[in-house]
Parts: sequence; C-alpha cells; structure tokens
Amino acid sequence: MSAPKKPKAMDRRRFLMDTARAAAGCAVAGTLLSLYARDARALPAEALRPPGALPEEDFLAACIRCGLCVRDCPYDTLVLAELGVDGAATGTPFFTARNIPCEMCDDIPCVKACPTGALDHGLTDIDEAKMGIAVLVDEENCLNALGLRCDVCYRVCPVIDEAITLEREHNARSGHHAIFMPVVHAEFCTGCGKCEKSCVLPEAAIKVLPVRLARGQLGEHYRLGWEQMDENGAPLVDGLIDLPDRLPGPGTDNLAAPGGFEPAFKLPMGGTGQ
Amino acid sequence: MSAKTKLPTGQEAIRTKGWIGAHKYLLLRRISQAAFLLIFLIGPWFGLWLVKGNLAGSLTLDVLPLTDPLVLLQGIAAQYWPEFTALLGALIVGVTYALIGGRVYCSWVCPINPVTDGAHWLHEKLGMPKGWQPKRETRYWMLGMVFAASALTGTIAWEFVNPITMLQRGLVFGIGFAWTFVIAVFLFDLFVSRRGWCGHICPVGAFYDLLGAKSLLRVTAVDRAKCDDCMDCFAVCPEMHVITPALRGKGTDTPLILSGDCTNCGRCIDVCAQDVFQFTHRFDTRPSPGRGEEDATPSSAPCNRAA
Repeated sequence: MSAPKKPKAMDRRRFLMDTARAAAGCAVAGTLLSLYARDARALPAEALRPPGALPEEDFLAACIRCGLCVRDCPYDTLVLAELGVDGAATGTPFFTARNIPCEMCDDIPCVKACPTGALDHGLTDIDEAKMGIAVLVDEENCLNALGLRCDVCYRVCPVIDEAITLEREHNARSGHHAIFMPVVHAEFCTGCGKCEKSCVLPEAAIKVLPVRLARGQLGEHYRLGWEQMDENGAPLVDGLIDLPDRLPGPGTDNLAAPGGFEPAFKLPMGGTGQ
Repeated sequence: MSAKTKLPTGQEAIRTKGWIGAHKYLLLRRISQAAFLLIFLIGPWFGLWLVKGNLAGSLTLDVLPLTDPLVLLQGIAAQYWPEFTALLGALIVGVTYALIGGRVYCSWVCPINPVTDGAHWLHEKLGMPKGWQPKRETRYWMLGMVFAASALTGTIAWEFVNPITMLQRGLVFGIGFAWTFVIAVFLFDLFVSRRGWCGHICPVGAFYDLLGAKSLLRVTAVDRAKCDDCMDCFAVCPEMHVITPALRGKGTDTPLILSGDCTNCGRCIDVCAQDVFQFTHRFDTRPSPGRGEEDATPSSAPCNRAA
C-alpha cells in the first residue's frame, strides 16, 4: 500500500503548492488592479458627467463605456475619456463645459441611448438634471463684479432669471454706481455649462463644478426660524418680547442717537468716519 | 515523429493545397477581425451608422442591442443591476457564443488576437525560448480575481486595464495612451511568455472558454487515421493540448476537439496536408478509427502504437 500512497502525497503537495502560488499571484494582481481602479474613481473637477449620471461610485459599476451616449449627442458635447489624456476613468463619458457645454436637449437622447441605466432613465425633464452647479469662482475678475455690464452668463443661461439672477448691489468703489452681481441659485442650475463656455474672460470667472465641490450642506438639525415661522403662521414660541432693533438713522437706538457715543474728532474729508 | 517534422511548419500543406488553401481559415479570420473592427469604424469615418458603440456595448441598425456579458457581470458583481436593454444585449451575445463556440470570440473577433499572433510570429522568427509558461488554470484564477476586484472596488474593474476594449474603443473613439497596454501585451508575448496572454492570462478568454464549454461548432480530427505525424497542427495551435485527445485517440475515443480552450481558429485544418481536420458540430458521430485501425471495428483491441 505504500507504493501508491507516495505519489498521492506528492500530488497533494503539488496541488497545494500550485493553488497557493496561483492564489498569491492573483492576490497581488487583484490588489494592484483594485488600487488602480480606486485611484481612477477620482473624477477631476472640470470633467462633468452627462445628464442623469448616477453618483460617481455607482456610475463606475454601471457604465460599460460603450459610448452610445456620445454617439447620440447631437452637439458632440460628450466624449469618452482617453487614457492619459483625460482625467476621467478611461472610456467613460464626460464633457468639459468650457469646450462644448450641454445644450440641454428636451428629449435627452444621451440618457435614452444608455443601455445600462448608468444615465438614469428616470430623468425625463432636462431641467431636473444636475450635471454640476455653476459657481462664480472669481468675484475679483468677473466683469459684472467690477461694475461693468457684461451679463453674458446671465443672458445665455437656459434657465435665465431662475438659475442665474442679477442682484443689484452698491458699487462701493465709485460710490455712486451699481453692481449687477450674477448669483447662481443651485436649486435651478442644471450644470449645463453654457455660462462657463460663454464667459468672456480668457479664463472663465464662472465655472461649473461637480455638486460635491460646489455646495455646502446645512446640518440636518438646523431649523431656519423665519421659514418655520412662515410655515406656522406665527412664532413657534409664545410670549416673545420684540425688543427694538439697533438700526442706523435718527430716532433709533444707534450710536449717533442722543446719549450715544459721538467721536470727538473729525476726519480730514469732513465725514464722520463712515 | 516523421521526417516531415523537420520541414518548416505548413510547407507540405502549401505544396499540396496551394498557399491560399493552406491559409484559408487564417485569411478568413483576418477578414473577420477586420470586418468586426471596420463595421464599428465606418460610422465615425464615413457617417454610415450600421453599428454604434463598441465591443462592450453596441446598437446595430438602431434595433439590435449587444452587450459584453463579462463586462455586465462585473457590474453586477459591483452590485449594480443594469437596465433591461443591457441585460438583453448580454443574453443575445452570451447565447450566441454558447452555441457557436465561446472562444470563437478570441480568434475571429478579438482585436488583440492579431497583436498576439504577430508577437508569436516574431517570437518564432527570432527563435526565442518559450519563457514563462503559467499553468493553464491561471486564467480562471484571473477571472475570479477580476470578479473579486469588481466586488471590492464597486467598479467594472477589468475595464480599467482590459487591452481588448482599450484597443477597440481607442480605434473607434480615440485611443489616448491606451496603445501602451497593447504594446505591453505584445512585448509580454514576445519576451516573457510565448502565447502567454491569450493562452494563460486573459480572463476574457477564460470567460468565453467557460461560456462555450458545450458549444456546437467544433473541429474534428475525423480522418486521424491519415495523420503522418508531421506535427504541424501542434506547431500552429495556440492551445496545442486540445489536439492530443482527439488526434491521438483510438477508435472509441471521439475525434471531436471538445475542450473549451479551442478557439476554433481553424489553423490545424489549414496546415494539415492530409486533411485530417475539419469543422463540424459536437453531435457529429461519424466513425473515426485511430491510426493503424482503419480496418478494425471501433471497439477492437487497443493498438499500442507509440505516438
């Protein structure tokens, strides 16, 4: 019985050895692949996903990189990321607002073309899209912020007067002009990128950023008293005493009111320090 | 072994069947590979959109959806359940390859095949040593690893490195630096491991191997009695171990090459001057006596001729 036993032991040893070797090799290869795959999940800020794209971590499980959305985009907005050229995961669709923004087609052909649902087929109204959020990133160079009337981002916005409004402010520099400040309202902004595309500056002052970068988040426990009061129709707590507000101007409890502090000196320009 | 073993591979077949006859399936394969590539390219090149997309997913004539089943399975491993269109496309592709032969994909469609064939050609020209030869099962381990990596990272993991889709998508949509993966495979097959990538490593091949394990289209060594041991079929076969059981089998053994490893490339049919091999289906039960058994009935006493 010892004769057939020996090769059997050798077989077992060889089998265990081979298995261990293959498993170890695969563990190394798998670790490298996983690391690479995890790294590739970092989507650069200027790469915007098509309308209806799932959140990035789900998107890379859902997108098979077939490029059908790219083919059905009538404006050549979408491209597939090329290895080493574009930052997005190789072969996945994205667009760069400053190159070609999304034209927000009513029938959303890119979403319809997606075979897997990586672009959510539940998106049927393009105004509901959240490809990103426009942010006026440079208030020092924006022409409107400088007091000029550029208004281009406001004019080209497909959701004009909702996603971007012009808010009149006092021009403190000249003292007697207005500033029409472009203000983005995230609730209505689809992230199409037309504002960034058409910003007249050599480098856009308004940029579409991924939602994760563009927005802060209010703590869930925060309650905005004025909203709650509107909802309730009255203050939430009874018996609050309304004390006088400290507002500037005569007759109120301000610094210049009788009994208040009056500076003993005069400024050279004749003002009182305002 | 016979004296003919010393002849350059395929010489005898060229002499008896002519160059075209001795390269029939190779030429057909190259035409098929080029056609599968071109059908995707005539859209972007000439605006003729017969097929949109790429090998991972496509839409033919605006009606027929096709999806790479392995890519979709990785997505499912990453816990994403795809929409119906993709599932239908994967089902169509899966059933097709399960019927006609899984690794038909490898030799008749895959754009990496000409690359590794080229590497092998140069390898032979340079008379290089065969190098590292991982076990045949390595690719199944790779396949398992790919699913594990997909599940762990929540991504379709192999698509980050898959040279097949990198190359094909690159040619259709723009390649970037993805050609480096193709060069890497070429160099791997040339210097590190003869026929290493397609034969030992590639998990896509492993997947189609398993998919086509019971497929219909098969090569048979039906006329194995005529074999004169020139060894050319072994020399050209990228998976030469699949030939032995069929070609060297006795009368009772099936002459069908049933291994899922066989890519149905047809090169053995090409290079055989004796026309031992032919394409058939897996239910082909034509009697096929082994060598030296031509006159014997199939269940006769075994003939111990040395191979």
